[in-house]
Formats: sequence, structure tokens, C-alpha cells
Amino acid sequence: MSIETMAPPSTAVTPLEWMRRNLFSSIASSLTTGLIGGLLIWLAVNVGGWAIGEARWEVVGNNLRLFLVGQYPATEAWRLWLNLAVLSVMTGLSAAVFGSTTRTLAVSTSALQLLLALLIVPSPLGTLIPPTTSLVLGLLGNAAGVWAAFVAGRLLGPPRRWLMIGWLLTIPLTFVLVSGFGPLPEVRSTLWGGLLLTVLLAAVGIVLSFPLGVLLALGRRSGLPAVRVLSTAYIEIIRGVPLVTILFMADIMLPLLLPGEFRIDRVARAMGGITLFSAAYVAENVRGGLQAIPMGQYEAAHALGLGSLATNLFVVLPQALRSVIPANVGLFISLLKDTTLVTIVGLLELLGIGRAILAQPQSLGAHLEVYVFIAAAFFVLCYAMSQASYRLERTMGLGSR
Amino acid sequence: MTAAPGVDHRHASVPPWRDVRILRVVAQVAAVAAVAAALAWLGGNLVTAMSERGLAFGFGFLDNRAGFAIPDSPMPYEANDTYGQAYLVGLLNTLFVGVLGILLATVLGVVVGVARLSDNWLVKRVTGTYIEVMRNTPLLVQLFFLYFAVLLQLPPVADSIALPGSVYLSQRGLFLPAPQASPAFGPWVALVAMALALALLGRVTSARRKATGRRTPPWGRIGLAGALGAAVVGWFAFGAAPLTLQVPELGRFNFSGGMSMSTPFTAILIGLVIYTAAFIAEVVRGGIQSVRRGQVEAARALGLSEGDTLRLVVFPQALRIIVPPLTSQYLNLVKNSSLAIAVGYPDLFKVGVTMSNQTGQPVPVIVLIMGTYLAISLVTSLLMNAYNRRVQVLER
Repeated sequence: MSIETMAPPSTAVTPLEWMRRNLFSSIASSLTTGLIGGLLIWLAVNVGGWAIGEARWEVVGNNLRLFLVGQYPATEAWRLWLNLAVLSVMTGLSAAVFGSTTRTLAVSTSALQLLLALLIVPSPLGTLIPPTTSLVLGLLGNAAGVWAAFVAGRLLGPPRRWLMIGWLLTIPLTFVLVSGFGPLPEVRSTLWGGLLLTVLLAAVGIVLSFPLGVLLALGRRSGLPAVRVLSTAYIEIIRGVPLVTILFMADIMLPLLLPGEFRIDRVARAMGGITLFSAAYVAENVRGGLQAIPMGQYEAAHALGLGSLATNLFVVLPQALRSVIPANVGLFISLLKDTTLVTIVGLLELLGIGRAILAQPQSLGAHLEVYVFIAAAFFVLCYAMSQASYRLERTMGLGSR
Repeated sequence: MTAAPGVDHRHASVPPWRDVRILRVVAQVAAVAAVAAALAWLGGNLVTAMSERGLAFGFGFLDNRAGFAIPDSPMPYEANDTYGQAYLVGLLNTLFVGVLGILLATVLGVVVGVARLSDNWLVKRVTGTYIEVMRNTPLLVQLFFLYFAVLLQLPPVADSIALPGSVYLSQRGLFLPAPQASPAFGPWVALVAMALALALLGRVTSARRKATGRRTPPWGRIGLAGALGAAVVGWFAFGAAPLTLQVPELGRFNFSGGMSMSTPFTAILIGLVIYTAAFIAEVVRGGIQSVRRGQVEAARALGLSEGDTLRLVVFPQALRIIVPPLTSQYLNLVKNSSLAIAVGYPDLFKVGVTMSNQTGQPVPVIVLIMGTYLAISLVTSLLMNAYNRRVQVLER
């Protein structure tokens, strides 16, 4: 009995065969395909016709500056560019230094920055450079910055600790650059707007709420009943009410709750509201990470003689926080979308400025164009980040470690 | 050194500042004291600031005359009524949108979630795109888009778009035919209800049959057949049809008769439904995919049709995975209904903002509104947790 050697069956599928399998596998399937296909063609013709022919895209084009940075003075726009450049360099360095697991996150944040560079059109030299040129320059400059920093990071290999310190320093630096400090003229927060304000609100929200959220999560899992009850009560109350009510409360009550000499502007109030809100959600994410730490880790730490503070700081939290990175990226995405609600308390972030633009006489009735543009901007940002977070989740091999 | 009998040296030897039991108490007292001090400080500032500004804390204003009209009201309400009644209108509107939204979003979400797993490539792609677009754009942008760019751009009432079945769509909203009860309605309902009660009795006897194995007449089926028969016979027997369909008629300025859904209500309802349905669809898809493939293959091997496989084998097992995340989607929908203010639908939050502006007493209004939302959230999660327990019992 001899064994005949045979080539494996061909897996290549002809287009016709593919269509038969995936579009016309049964009568019902064929009917559905026809129906949906027809509807799609009808939609494509109508929407395409509108987008090319009737749509007044110049409403978006003429107001691009407003959409991106609100009324941020053009002469100070270079500060935003500098800020972006710093972020690009930090991102490139981090991508080079941290292992492949964090590289995906770096790539995703640099994608975010590229998009920002793409969108923050106001040129550093006021109106000297035409917007399209400035846009291309910004995009290329940012990409170049990220890659130069990446190469430099590979060659120099700066210690991780420096990078962590660098990231921590970018927070005050961003604040100084955006709002102005010392020799830099102040740009009042009433002038911040558009996408700049959207991203700032979400970033400040997630950065400030993180420590608070970690404390709340530890509190909720604490062995001390009083601490547990207080943390749980805070988390559940915040999660039980809509964000708009919290923003409304922050807008009206924060000035009342703080002593009279404390004056906080509307943007700061909204940031406060968003921080209080997202702390509860960060806490729930972190709690998930804490629950995933096996008891053996606690026991081993105790056997080594570590106290509960040292156990949490050096054993539990580093592992738990690492595993909740994807969940927190998800939270950042939903926070980015939720910042639109500050429109309701009268701030001019991307959606709010869109509404303000629609109120101008020359853009009257351009609802479709403006809202399609805003939705597209959000879609690009959120979709890119959600894909990155999904990939991050897989490369980190959560649960399999 | 030998321990004297009866004396516990372990405790005696630990100084109080290292005694875990004492430290625990101290830590808790310190935590509570810190929170209480912070609250007292904030409260003190609040009292000072409120007295400086002449604000009062109290719910007495609820009995005052509201003085503002509410266009969409499920209960009789006019501007002369009190703030308390205005609040009630807002609450009812929120609950109405919430309940209706949850029902419709669940139906749409399940359909889309199942379609997402279809064999048909086009169906898979179209539903996938729908889900991604909905999930990656803010709800508020969608609501503004729907309200300002779509619904308000519809033709005026006089040129309403007539849809099949006497449904009219215009700037002013959706006008639908409404069932109208005739004098024969009462007796007809009583007749059908009697037959249905019989059917319910059938369920009890069938439960007993399952428990004891003794044969009983199929009361359930008899009852159901009776109810159906009674409904049909009764419809003609009472002379006049118990329910007639009242069709909206275009008058000089607006439609009269039938049912109407105002534009703001249509916007918030449709907006919430299509947004939440995308999230529910992902939850449903995850649940279905968590059912092992062998289950489907076994069901097909037994000769169950595709629909029966889904209904009898896949869904009951998927529900265990689906219900907890579904609960949080329901909670999100109810919370998101507060965005109704963006399209001008007078829900709890919008009425609250109006009340706050008119009375000049924002603090009690905020407390009232947030407390109400919290209560709604709690009740929703209690209901869903009870349902979850019922579903989980199926687990073997």
C-alpha cells in the first residue's frame, strides 16, 4: 500500500465563487443583497451628489480656524505648535525606549497628534502662510518629529525614569504654553475653543481623575468598612446621575462651594465637573485590574514583610494599572465624546463653536455641512484610538500573562 | 520566661500603636473625620455664599406657581400649575422616553447584533459600519444632526410627506392614526379578559402537570383559543366595532385627530434608540459568540431550523452573558435622555434648568434633579438584577 502524495486543496477563491458564497448563498440572502445593494446605490448617488454639488463646504473651510482653536489669538498659535512638537518628541522617544507592548499606545497617541497637527491649522506666522500649506507643513513636521525622536531614542537609549519625569513635566508645560505664564502673554480660557478645548477637557479630565480614581478603587476594596462605604457611595452616586447634571452642578455650585476669594472660570468649572465624573469610572476600571491580581501576590508580599502600603505601591498597583491601560484608553475615548456636553453649559468646544458658526448670517442653514464635519472629526479621532486600544489589548495579552 | 496561665501575652505585648485592631479603628475614624471636615468646609462656604446672594435652601418653592408652559405634557398641565406639577411632568417625560427608548433600542439592537453575524457579506459590512459610526461619534452631535439637519428640514405641515397607512411626517412631527374606543369597547375587553384569565389558569395547571405527572385538560390552549374566538366574535357581536382607527386629518393649520409625536420628542427618541441600539448590538453579538459552536451544530444536527436554533438554543445561553452589560446600556440610555434639552424636549433635566432659572434657587433644584436620576438608576438596576438572577438560574 503506497501513500500517494497530494497537493493541498486550493484555497484560492475566484471572485464569482466568493460572491456566490457570501452574497447569494440562498434565495433569502440573494434578496437581501439586492435590497441592501439597491438602497446603498440610491444613498451613494444622493449623498454623493449632495456632497459634491450642493453642499456649501466653504462654511467649514472659511471657519476652520474657529473649529480648531476657537478664538485663540493667531499670534500666539505658535505655542500650540511648540506644545505639539514637544508631545511628538516625547511620543517618539517613548516608542523607542519602552518595549513593543507600549509601542502600540505610542503609535496611537502619535496618530492622535498627527491628526491634531492636521487640524490645528492656524499657522505660526498668523495669516502669512495659506492654511493648506500650513496644514501640510504641520503634518509633515509632526511626523518627522516623531520619527526623529524615535531614531534618537534608539541610539541614545535614555533611561525610562527620565522619560516618565519628562511626561510628568509635559503636563505643566502644556498648561503654561496654552494659557500663558511669566513672559508669555496670558490667553484667557474664554478664548480657548474648538477642537483644542475638546482635547484639553478630555485630557485634563483623564489625567486629574486618575489619582483620585486609583484612591477610590483602593478604598472600595479596603478592609476598613468606613472607607469602603464612603468610596462605594461616591462611585455609585456619580455613576447613577447623568454627566449633564454634574456639569450643571459644577457650573452653578462650584463657585458657591469654594470660598469667596476663589474665582474659577467656566472652563475650570467644566474641568472640575468632568474630573469628578470620570474619577468614578476610572475607579471602576482600576477595581477591575485590582480584582485580576491573584491573592498569591498579596500573600507573597506579606511573607516578604511588606506592609499594606508597600504591597499596594510596589506589588499590586504596578501590575493592576498596567492591565487597565486599554480600558482607560476606552474611557478617554468616551470622555472625548462626552466633552460635547459642555456645549449645554455654554462652552465653545468643537460642537459649541459649530453651533456658534451656524448662528452667523453667512452660514445660515448649513446644518448638514457643519454637523457632518464635526461628526467626521470625532469619528476619525475615536475610531483610530479604539482600533489602537483593541490592538494594544491583544499585544499585551491580557489574561494570558 | 513562662507564660502565666490565663494571661494572654500576645495582646499584652503589642503596644497600642502597633495593634491592628486599634489601628483599623483609628484609620476609619480619621477617614470619616477627613471627609466630614471637607464636607463641613464646603457646606460652610455654601451657606455663606448662599446667604450673601440671598439664596434659600428649601423645597417650599415647589408649591409656587410655575408660570411656564410645557409643550409636550403627558398629563394635564398649564402655566398656572405649581413647580411641583412641572417637575412631575418632566419626570413622566423622562420615564416615557426611557421606557419606550429601552424597548425600541432592545428590538433594534438584537436585530442588528444578529445581522452582524449574518452569512451575507453585505449585511455584515452595513451593520458593522452602522455600529462603528454610532459608537465613535458623540450622541449630542447625532441629536443636533437629527434635529436641525434632518427633522427641521422636512416640509411644513401643509406639504407633509404622506407615508403608507395614513402616517404624515412634517416639520411639526409625526402624525399617526390612533385607535379610538367606541361604546362597545368596555364589554369587548371584559370578554377577552375572561378568556385570557382562563388561559392563565392553564399555565398553573400545566405547572402542576409537570410537577405531578397527572394529565389535565389543556386549559391554556382552550383559554387562548377562547380569547381569540371571543375577540373575533365580540368584534362583530356588539353591533359597532369596539375600536376604530382615527386618521389624522389636515386642517387649516395643523393635523387634527389621531396621535402625534412632536419633533423634539421624535428627535430624542430616534436619537437615543439608534445610538443605544449600536451598543446593544455589540453586547448581543458578544453574547451570541460566547455560545460554543458545538451547540449550534448539535441543534442543526437535531433538525432545528435556523430560527429555532437561535431562539431555543443560542439565545437562552447567550442571555447569561448579555444581561449584565445590557443593564448598563439601559442605565446609559436613561441617563442620556437628559440630553433632550438639546432638542428642546421638556424632560426632567430641562424642566429642572427652567425651574432653576425662574426660581433663582439652583441648589435645591439640583439636589432634587440629581436625586431623582439616582433613584431612577437604582430602580432600573434593581429590576435588571432581579431579571439577571432569573436568567442565571438556567445555568447548569
